[in-house]
Amino acid sequence: MRRLGCVFSLLLAGLSCFGSAAPQPPQKGEELQISDNAVGRYGGILVVAQRSEPKTLNPATAADAPSREVIGRLTADLIHINRQSQQTEPALARSWTVSKDGRVYTINLRRGLRFSDGQAFDADDVVFSFAVYLDEKVHSPQRDLLIVGGKPIEVRKVNQYCVRFTLSQPYAAAERIFDGLAIMPRHLLEKPYKEDRFAQLWTLNTPPAEIAGMGPFRLKEYVPGQKIVLERNPYFWKEDRSKNRLPYLDELVFLFVGNEDAQVIRFQAGDTDVISRLSAENYALLSKDASNQGIELSDLGPSLEYNFLVFNLNDLSAKHLDSIAAKQAWFGNLEFRRAVSSAIDREGIVKLVYAGRGTALWGNVSPSNKFWVDTALPHPARSVEHARELLQSGGFSWRGDGQLVDRQAQPVEFSIITSSSNAQRTKMATLIQDDLGKLGMNVHIVPLEFRALLDRVFQSYDYEASIMGLGGGDADPNAEMNVWLSSGGTHVWHLGETRPATDWEGQIDQLMQKQMVEIKYRERKRLFDRVQEIVATEAPFVFLATPNILVGAKKTLANFQPAILEPTTLWNVEQLYYSPPGAQH
Amino acid sequence: MTSRHKAMVAASLLLALHLAILFAGFMAPSDPTSQNRDFPLVPPTSLHFVDGRGKFHIRPFVYETEPVPEGLHEYRENHAHEYPLHFFVSGFPYKVAGLITWHRHLFGVQAPAQIFLAGSDSYGRDQFSRILYGGQISLAAGMLAAGISLLLALLVGCASGFYAGWIDESAMRLAELFLVLPWLYLLLAIRAFLPLHLSPSGTFFLLVAVIGTIGWARPARLIRGVVLSAKSRKYVTASRCFGASDTYILRRHVLPHTYGILLTQAALLVPQYVIAEVTLSFLGLGLGEPMPSWGNLLANLQQYNVLVSYWWMFAPALALVLVSLGYLAVADAFHQQLQSGSM
Repeated sequence: MRRLGCVFSLLLAGLSCFGSAAPQPPQKGEELQISDNAVGRYGGILVVAQRSEPKTLNPATAADAPSREVIGRLTADLIHINRQSQQTEPALARSWTVSKDGRVYTINLRRGLRFSDGQAFDADDVVFSFAVYLDEKVHSPQRDLLIVGGKPIEVRKVNQYCVRFTLSQPYAAAERIFDGLAIMPRHLLEKPYKEDRFAQLWTLNTPPAEIAGMGPFRLKEYVPGQKIVLERNPYFWKEDRSKNRLPYLDELVFLFVGNEDAQVIRFQAGDTDVISRLSAENYALLSKDASNQGIELSDLGPSLEYNFLVFNLNDLSAKHLDSIAAKQAWFGNLEFRRAVSSAIDREGIVKLVYAGRGTALWGNVSPSNKFWVDTALPHPARSVEHARELLQSGGFSWRGDGQLVDRQAQPVEFSIITSSSNAQRTKMATLIQDDLGKLGMNVHIVPLEFRALLDRVFQSYDYEASIMGLGGGDADPNAEMNVWLSSGGTHVWHLGETRPATDWEGQIDQLMQKQMVEIKYRERKRLFDRVQEIVATEAPFVFLATPNILVGAKKTLANFQPAILEPTTLWNVEQLYYSPPGAQH
Repeated sequence: MTSRHKAMVAASLLLALHLAILFAGFMAPSDPTSQNRDFPLVPPTSLHFVDGRGKFHIRPFVYETEPVPEGLHEYRENHAHEYPLHFFVSGFPYKVAGLITWHRHLFGVQAPAQIFLAGSDSYGRDQFSRILYGGQISLAAGMLAAGISLLLALLVGCASGFYAGWIDESAMRLAELFLVLPWLYLLLAIRAFLPLHLSPSGTFFLLVAVIGTIGWARPARLIRGVVLSAKSRKYVTASRCFGASDTYILRRHVLPHTYGILLTQAALLVPQYVIAEVTLSFLGLGLGEPMPSWGNLLANLQQYNVLVSYWWMFAPALALVLVSLGYLAVADAFHQQLQSGSM
């Protein structure tokens, strides 16, 4: 009995020290990665607020941002893009080699690692995970990434700790593909996968014991409508320089709060420790009493996202949308699109929509994407006179009351749809409405529920113009293939082209395909610069602006190094720790 | 203050508000849709009487507003020069009662000074002007919708009370159905089916028609009651004996009894419908930008940072409260008159 009491008190001591599972001491033969961060201390709970609940915890089917944010903390990939340096680095892969022709990647895995449930990790898990991603029946959003040159990447196990990936053609920066492709545990998932039950696996209601990953945290609890609690993965494969196994934090909690304002209020009240994707107004609001509140805010500069105005140039012949089809004569007119671009006050957008914390854009690459932005792209100043000249040469004229009319004397009138939940884009639309009013165009703004907007833009094509945003994922041009290829799924202005509708779209197709298989950075840059030039000249999108990435965190949170790539604040969550009150870092 | 006095005060306040809103073009110093992108979210301009040298001016004056460099929506007054308030100044053109174009305005100041009596919104538009113009939309929506409701109510109520029988039964069941209808969801559903490029005036009339059509049930039941009691009066039976037709009896003996109810109901329904318009616009179902309405103006307050940082954005709520209270006080007075039998 006394012995039992002893064990019990020991257990209690362990609990009070760590709250959750204690980090396991290093095992013999375990190839841990040594993390180059300032050495921290164990303990503490990090609370963040999400706008909405994740829909699933299944890495192969999750498509929404909240799910991926949580899953990203539960799982790990082979090769990872360091969010700070924007370069790739080994993760579960200890090292990798590329064949001379750029088609074969041989990846050596770290040995002796374990999943968060304590089971061993090896090449079988890798082969299994890629088989799942490539399985058409799973409908994984990652599948497209793994199809190179029209053929799926071939994955073969060489030995227990070595996997070989063969591409059908060379692919530039192919190692970036591996980022975000979570390695899943074969021992838990193979049986249900073979029974065709994969889509129903790892929902939010799955018991935590049935979910395991290689990420810094593992699932502890899910409270519907309120929160999801993750606890330390005691087997995580990184350690700091003092041989402390990461992560330092005991728990990571995601609260579901609904919208940005609620996120701000919870952060202001001290309920949450980190906030990202702040609007400039809320940033200003928080910075008013930042020092008293013990919070630190940072402006990381322009994001990679680009907001744009797009006109509907889809083929509407089978859609019975005659009134829109009639207006496509204007939208398809290059002078018309350039006139719109010339009349828009981008500086006004930066000033009023982003309260100065944003950057005007004339192309699809944000200035913060230093490796790829074409700095030679012209930035013509706003000019209503120039816009009028363009319209005149495009065959438009003005009535006595100032209304712009086309050759058939039809008044130029169209609507812009925006997402009603995105106040910033609605605000852009209001400014553009006023700017285009100066050209005699009659513009209506229709805020729509986000899903209704996506349905109109991607399915029914029942819209005239829309303000949207893209980008923000990876900095590499390959992430943009589906936008610029004429057959791409996000080729927003004209979807479902079987072959390029215009010469310049054909040129872009060729350039994008070429840069994809080109290995040399300099040549790729030259090709992608040309794409940026064509896009800027032909104006299928009227680029508007990009917001700065604004984040905040409690001052006591150490090793906090926000980055412009998603996830901006939690990408190095395993390194975060709370410094003792009064300590400097 | 007696209730009569109260009613008089309320009525004159209402009259003043309505006149100001009717002649919004004359009262407003700036065009409600013109954006002034260098001056977003300016606090209300203060009117001064005493200048920096301590000298008193009979004519109030303002100072030029200038942005604080590096500040976000922060402004200061430039005390270098005073700009006196001028009356009957020339400004942006507008239409009086929708007919005559005019360009005189009640007050204004000389450029570069500006006057924002109720501050400016996030596009630098003068909020005072927007409240006045927005009132035109909101009040017109309220009145028109109340008119539609009462007209429907009168028709149904009279038919139901006068003819009784199956007409009464079916009309009253229909009324009950309308009473339990979750109208907000109904409107959301209707809005989802509308075409995208509905012009602002089209949206406006549709809005009015829908909210007016939904609200007829309650007044119809009241009118039915009045008609029921009126038609059983002895003089009605007498005139019927003399061979009076239904229309004659309705017109001569029954309808006059409903006037009191109609007036009271009108005074109650107008503010109710103004608020309905505000609710719809607040939810983004009303008039689109750049047209102002009180609901649109209040929708700015949905953003937390506006709510806590820019108090003058509440100004449209003040107008809404004043109008609602005015109408309710008048309705109360009508009701008391009705009770005392003098109506």
